[in-house]
Amino acid sequence: MINRECGVLKTSYEADMALYPIPLARSTVLGIAIIVFLPFPVLANDYLLSVANLVNIAILGALGLNILTGYTGQVSLGHGAFMSVGAYTAAILATRYHLPFWLALAAGGVMAAAVGSFFGIPSLRIKGLYLAIATLAGQFIIEWSLNHITWISGGIQSSIYVPRPALGGYVINTQRGMYYLILIVVSLGIVAAMNLFRTRVGRAFVAIRDHDVAAEIIGINIFRYKLLSFAISSFYAGVTGVLYTYYLGIANYEQFTIVTSVNFLAMIIIGGLGSILGSIFGAAFITLLPILLRYVVEGIGGLFFTISDVAGVLTNLQLILFGGLIIFFLIVEPDGLKKLWRNITDYFRVWPFPY
Amino acid sequence: MDFFLQLLVNGLMVGALYALVALGFVLIYKATDAINFAQGELVMIGGFIVAVLLGSYGFPLVVAVAGTIVAMIVLAFGVERMILRPLIGRPVIAVIMATIGLASILKGIGPLLFRAETKNVPLPIPDAPLFVSGLLISPIQIVAVAISLIFLALFGSFFLRSRIGIAMRAVADSQQVAMAMGISVERYFALAWAMAGIVSAIGGIIWGNLLGVDVHLSLVGLKVFPVVILGGLDSILGAVVGGLIVGGVESVAAGYIDPYVGGGTKDFIPYLLMIVILMIRPYGLFGKEIIERV
Repeated sequence: MINRECGVLKTSYEADMALYPIPLARSTVLGIAIIVFLPFPVLANDYLLSVANLVNIAILGALGLNILTGYTGQVSLGHGAFMSVGAYTAAILATRYHLPFWLALAAGGVMAAAVGSFFGIPSLRIKGLYLAIATLAGQFIIEWSLNHITWISGGIQSSIYVPRPALGGYVINTQRGMYYLILIVVSLGIVAAMNLFRTRVGRAFVAIRDHDVAAEIIGINIFRYKLLSFAISSFYAGVTGVLYTYYLGIANYEQFTIVTSVNFLAMIIIGGLGSILGSIFGAAFITLLPILLRYVVEGIGGLFFTISDVAGVLTNLQLILFGGLIIFFLIVEPDGLKKLWRNITDYFRVWPFPY
Repeated sequence: MDFFLQLLVNGLMVGALYALVALGFVLIYKATDAINFAQGELVMIGGFIVAVLLGSYGFPLVVAVAGTIVAMIVLAFGVERMILRPLIGRPVIAVIMATIGLASILKGIGPLLFRAETKNVPLPIPDAPLFVSGLLISPIQIVAVAISLIFLALFGSFFLRSRIGIAMRAVADSQQVAMAMGISVERYFALAWAMAGIVSAIGGIIWGNLLGVDVHLSLVGLKVFPVVILGGLDSILGAVVGGLIVGGVESVAAGYIDPYVGGGTKDFIPYLLMIVILMIRPYGLFGKEIIERV
C-alpha cells in the first residue's frame, strides 16, 4: 500500500474525482489522523496544545475563506466580522438562554451564514475591487454594531464570558479536551470541504471563478451560487468564531477586527488559493510565524537590549515580516506553499528519474 | 439650526482633508488601475518624515516640506518598481493583497525608524479659531481646503491640457493602445505613483499637524474608500466632492446619533453610505461608467 503511481493514469471521471487518488493517499491520511489523535495530544504539554488549538481554529477559518475567495473567486475583507457574528451568537445563546454547546456552535454558524449572505448580496451587481470594498464595509458595520448596540454586547467593553463547553454532562475544561473538540470539528470541516468540490455545487463555484459569463451560459445561476458560497464560507467563519470564543472563554469584538480578516486572506494567499491543503499550510504558517519570530527575536535581541526594547521592536518586526511575506509570495510564488509542497512531492514521485 | 450648521461646516472642512488623502488613491487608480490599500500608511510616513525634519533636526519649514515631498516621491517610485510592476496583469486580489502587505510593512517601519511616540508637526498657522458669522472655523482647515482646491485645479488642468496628462489618460484608458501609440506605459505608472507621493506628503503634513504623528495617523486611510466610491474611483473632482459629502454626512450624523450610542458613528456612517452607493451607482458620482456583466 505504499507504492506510488508514476504518472497520470486515470481513465474515468470517477477516478479523477476520487477522494483518494492513489492507495498511498489513504494510508497517509490514516497515518496523519492517528498521529494527531493519539500520540500528539497525549505527549504534548499544555502550551503546545494551546498553539495546536490556535492552528486548528485558523485552519477552519482559512478553509472557509478559501471556499469563497479561492474557489469561487469572490474577495472578502469581512471574514473577521463574520466570525464575530458566530462568536456573539453562541455567547448570547449560551449565557442568556443556556443552550448546550453543540447547539450554540451550530447556531453561531447558521447566524454567520445568514449575515454573510446578506453582505454577499452586493456581489449580484459588483465584483473584484468593488466587492472587496463592500465586504470591508460589512466588516466595519458589524464591528460597530457589536460594539455599540448594548443588547448584543451586554455593556462593559463588549465582552461576554462564556461557560466551558459541555457535551452530554461532561465539561471540557482542559487544553487537551479542547484539543479533541476542536480537532473533531476541524476534521469534519476539512472532509466536508474536500467533498464539496466533488459535488455539483462545488463545481459550479469553480466554474464561476474561472469565467462567470461562461458559467452562466452553461446554466449556472450565478447569483444563487455566489450567495451559497458566501453562506457556506460564512458558516465556516461563524463556527471558527464560536470555537475561538470557547477557546478563549470570552467573546470580544477586538479579536475579530479588520486585522483578523487580513490575516485570513494572507493565510490563503501564502498557503495557496483554491486548495484545501493550501488552507492548512497557510493557517499553520501565519499562526506559527509570530510565535517563532518572538522566540528568535527575544533569543537574539535579549542578548543586546532590554526586554521592553525588544518587545517594542517585536510588534513592528512582525508587521514588516508579515507584509513582506505576502508580497514575496504574490510576486515569487503566486500558488503559495501548496505549490512548493507539490514541487517537492513531484520530485520524489519520479525519483530517481528527472521526469 | 446653528448646531446643524456648525456640524456641517466642521464636516465639510474635515471632508476637504479626506479629499486630500483620497486624491492620492484616485491618481494611482486612474493611471495604473491599481487599488492602493496603503494610502493611509503613505500619509503616515509623510507625517513621520516631516515631523522628524521639523522637530528633531529643526530644519526651516520650506526645507522640511520640500524634503518630505522628495522623500515621498522616492518612496513611491520604489513601491511602484518593486511591488506593483511585477504584478501588472495579475488578478485584482493580488494587487489588493500586495498593497495590504505594503501597508503592514509601512506600519512596522514607521515607528521603527522614527520612534513610536506621538510627534507634533508645528506649522506657522495660528491655532485660535476664527468666527465667521457665528461659526467656528480653525485656520488649518481653511489652509487644507485651499490646498485641496489648488490640487484639484492643478491636477484637473494637468490631465486636461498637458501632454503628459493626456498621455496618462491614454494609459489609463487602454494600456495596449497607449503602447502602440508610442507611450511608455511604465514611465507613466511611475509618474502616477510619484504624484500620489506628493499628495501623500502634503496630506501627511496637514493631518500630522491636526492629529499628531504616530501609527494611528494611518487610520485616515480607512476613510478613503467611502470617499472614492462615492466620488468615482477615477475622478479627481469626485475625490473632492466625495470627500466633502462624506465629511459633512459623518459630522452631522455623529452630532445627532453619538449621544445615544456612545460614539463611533464617524467610523460607521461613511461605510453605510458607501454600501448604499455601491448598490445604486457603483461607479460613483463622477466615475467612468463601465457596463459589464456580473
